[in-house]
Amino acid sequence: MIAPVLSPKNRPTHIRVRVQRQDGPGKEPYWELFEIAYEREMNVISVLQKIAAKGQTVDGKKVSPVAWDCGCLEEVCGSCTMVINGRVRQSCSALVDHLLVENPDEIVLEPMQKFPVIRDLMVDRQRLFRALQRVKAWVPVDSYYDLGPGERIPRSDQERAYPLSQCMSCGCCLDACPQFNKIELQRETGESAEQFEARKLAAFDNAFVGAHAISQAMLFNQNPTGKALAGDRLDALSGPGGVATCGNAQNCVAVCPKEIPLTTSIARAGRATTVAAIKKWFES
Amino acid sequence: MAQHRVVVVGGGLAGLAATMKLAELGVKVDLISLTPVKRSHSVCAQGGINSCNDQTRQLGDSEWKHLDDTVYGGDFLNHQPPCKEMAFWAPKVIDLMDRLGVPFNRTGEGFIDRRRFGGTLYKRTAFSGATTGQQLLYALDEQVRRREAEGLVKKYEFWDFLGPIQDEQGRCRGVVAQDMVSMEIRGFPADAAIVATGGCGLLFGKSTMSVFCTGSAASRCFQAGARYANAEFIQVHPTAIPGADKLRLMSESARGEGGRVWVPRKPHDARAPKDIPAADRFYFLEERYPKYGNLVPRDIATREIFDICVNEGLSVENDRMSVYLDLTHIPKAELDRKLGGILEIYEKFQGVDPRFEPMKIFPAVHYSMGGLWADYVKSGDGGLLMGAPRNQMTNIEGLYAIGECDYHYHGANRLGANSLLSCIFSGLFVGPSIVNYAANQQGGHAEIPSSLVDASVGAQKTRHQRLLNDATGDENPYLIHQELGDVMTRTATVVRRNDQLREAISHVDELHERAMRVSLSDGGNWTNQNVIFAKSVQDMFPLAKSLLHGALLRDECRGAHYKPDFEKPSLTSEEPVERRRQAEQWCDEFEANNRKFLKSTIAEWDATGNQPKMSYEDVDTSLIPPRPRLYGLVGADAIEEVWKERAAARLAEPQAAPSAG
Repeated sequence: MIAPVLSPKNRPTHIRVRVQRQDGPGKEPYWELFEIAYEREMNVISVLQKIAAKGQTVDGKKVSPVAWDCGCLEEVCGSCTMVINGRVRQSCSALVDHLLVENPDEIVLEPMQKFPVIRDLMVDRQRLFRALQRVKAWVPVDSYYDLGPGERIPRSDQERAYPLSQCMSCGCCLDACPQFNKIELQRETGESAEQFEARKLAAFDNAFVGAHAISQAMLFNQNPTGKALAGDRLDALSGPGGVATCGNAQNCVAVCPKEIPLTTSIARAGRATTVAAIKKWFES
Repeated sequence: MAQHRVVVVGGGLAGLAATMKLAELGVKVDLISLTPVKRSHSVCAQGGINSCNDQTRQLGDSEWKHLDDTVYGGDFLNHQPPCKEMAFWAPKVIDLMDRLGVPFNRTGEGFIDRRRFGGTLYKRTAFSGATTGQQLLYALDEQVRRREAEGLVKKYEFWDFLGPIQDEQGRCRGVVAQDMVSMEIRGFPADAAIVATGGCGLLFGKSTMSVFCTGSAASRCFQAGARYANAEFIQVHPTAIPGADKLRLMSESARGEGGRVWVPRKPHDARAPKDIPAADRFYFLEERYPKYGNLVPRDIATREIFDICVNEGLSVENDRMSVYLDLTHIPKAELDRKLGGILEIYEKFQGVDPRFEPMKIFPAVHYSMGGLWADYVKSGDGGLLMGAPRNQMTNIEGLYAIGECDYHYHGANRLGANSLLSCIFSGLFVGPSIVNYAANQQGGHAEIPSSLVDASVGAQKTRHQRLLNDATGDENPYLIHQELGDVMTRTATVVRRNDQLREAISHVDELHERAMRVSLSDGGNWTNQNVIFAKSVQDMFPLAKSLLHGALLRDECRGAHYKPDFEKPSLTSEEPVERRRQAEQWCDEFEANNRKFLKSTIAEWDATGNQPKMSYEDVDTSLIPPRPRLYGLVGADAIEEVWKERAAARLAEPQAAPSAG
């Protein structure tokens, strides 16, 4: 997809960037406005780098650099997700020229909405990774010794698996999902770190697992060895917060930067859990 | 047997492979990473992973030939026993990754498909679209998550490694690390520690590497007494997409699948590329290297592209340097199946569809061949002794280095698709070595005196507080980093000249002093990225200095290290007898040069003078004798001929003299 590009005559000399900041969990969010010189081929990452190097707002107030998460800068690591001009996406592939077409006055940066803010644009996505554990998103091989190759796999199977396997755990699908609600817990007085962690994980495990994890479950259920845990995965998707929680809003597939067929995975998971439930009912 | 505990720093391919193998061997692992391990820089690897395979074998390939390509590609600076072991493990590594569920591309019959990569004539490279590194990393990440669920692995993500904990004997007894969210600094006592923290591309400001590839973890080991080897050998990848924040890699697989590099013969030809007829196109790699064509090793392709733009003025753009990388002759369906991932990157960031228009690319810093010096124990058959405690151990006892941050596998230039292999191989191979090391130690992780841990943690807390409280500082760490990157990129990438290197050394010395006086714009103690970055910038300098000094001292051309003032001239005479004499002389000089420079550069950090101490160490070339690296260059056949005669004569001698170096 190639968005419309800013024409040369519309290129500004400066751009304004409005950032929603928050000093820590539980603190009040506030806005700050920055201004930096426009250059060609900028993306939101280079904008934030320039803000960090400059260290002051548009009014000349000295401020600490905006905290945010980033890694590869080529949309393959999943780190730099944030809400940009109101839409959740990767900041590395959010090109300034495209953003200025969306909104010529300013670029607006906010943290993801469904995860607890750690600081500024940085959020805690532990729940996202926990969901991968919940659906046992791995192949249960016997060992890591040399035991020869795996099974031969038809090209069509590989071509079905590869797109699902490109999921980079960025969390866009979760942020856009109306069924995925924020869980933000605070450690209580007298609660040990371990107790708090256990309470948090239990809360995660009862809430909606999310499109990304459902899709991973389908990926591993089609793997020749991964199939061995198919029943466990379907059990996980049948319980509370499983595939039945999906309200079919289809936002996930619309915002996925990797264009993963998430709704296809969800539909397959829905069928598979139903079939498994009927089977169990007959066997019991 | 007591339960062993190992701390692994870095969760890329090498760190994850080591973690899962150690967990399988019953070892408890604390896994420390700057980023959630699934986001490690290995995800950026695109093209594939090499091994000799059933198809290539039937064309005459073997593990020995993979070894030969690796060390010829590395200009013989690789240590051959580890390279041999790696080449022989390669088919097993790919089988394992296949079993772990990596969706490798398949042939029509369902076998793993292969493509050709640079520096070889065989199709050895297994691949998963054009995101092979991502797919391999995910498979390992999944296994580590499985071991985490079993309780053997505990991850510490968003933690910054600050240094090893060493006892009075200098032995590594764990590490100190800092939580990048809460800023807590604590010790991780262990029987052994592994550093698997990748390369140091950020020394150059912009590179193809991820933002956390600062080299600071390796530098912190270096400053604690670990030796750092071959720092000057930095791979500049021939094909990257220039960008304001990053130079994005355009995989070698684009050429492996038939991509052609060219420029218009007429400087700045104004015609659209598709309107330029074949006769007006200069396919310079194919013309100069007919045998390997566009798949010459990376250092050679990079120099040729650089030469075409800088010396011959044939850049395709007026205002910046670039050449065409052309895929438009390949059917779209095939491109989508084999190269989809990288074509999307180009399309997304450049706004041009490379299926229909040639890409514009230019070289960029990509990989550190050098790294922490690490040991190995040679086996009777010339490979490595499985399970020997010293395999991959640095000179600090109990501290291991694997993956991109070790130094022995890639010599002076790494072959494409060998890095994923060396990372996974060294990660798997080190497991039993560490178990044997830990089993033979007196005093494991449980017996480490708390005073030792407290002292190491205290030293790091002091450094941290000093940075936060320093009121006298006046330097901006971001600007210092930019300036360092500019100097390094200008003087220590494709072409190196001694006068420029000397100038760079004094500039970097001055920058180092300034970096120690940084003023932070954030004095807080919650998720303070400013102080974490400032520390990593300070720690870039010991490596940058080692790199520059290594480059200055090495008055030769070898692999990625190119000094035109010391280039051996090509043969000038067309007259057969004189040409023969010139070729003989060329070979004499080649041998003399090897006696002097076929050695690993070793740096040791001298904290009092804030400078590296440089020395050299012999390279083990016991398996494949060094030879001139010509790759069928047009006009070099006379040299090849003389060399072959000499090699044959040496073989005929009853007691062959040990090879040079």
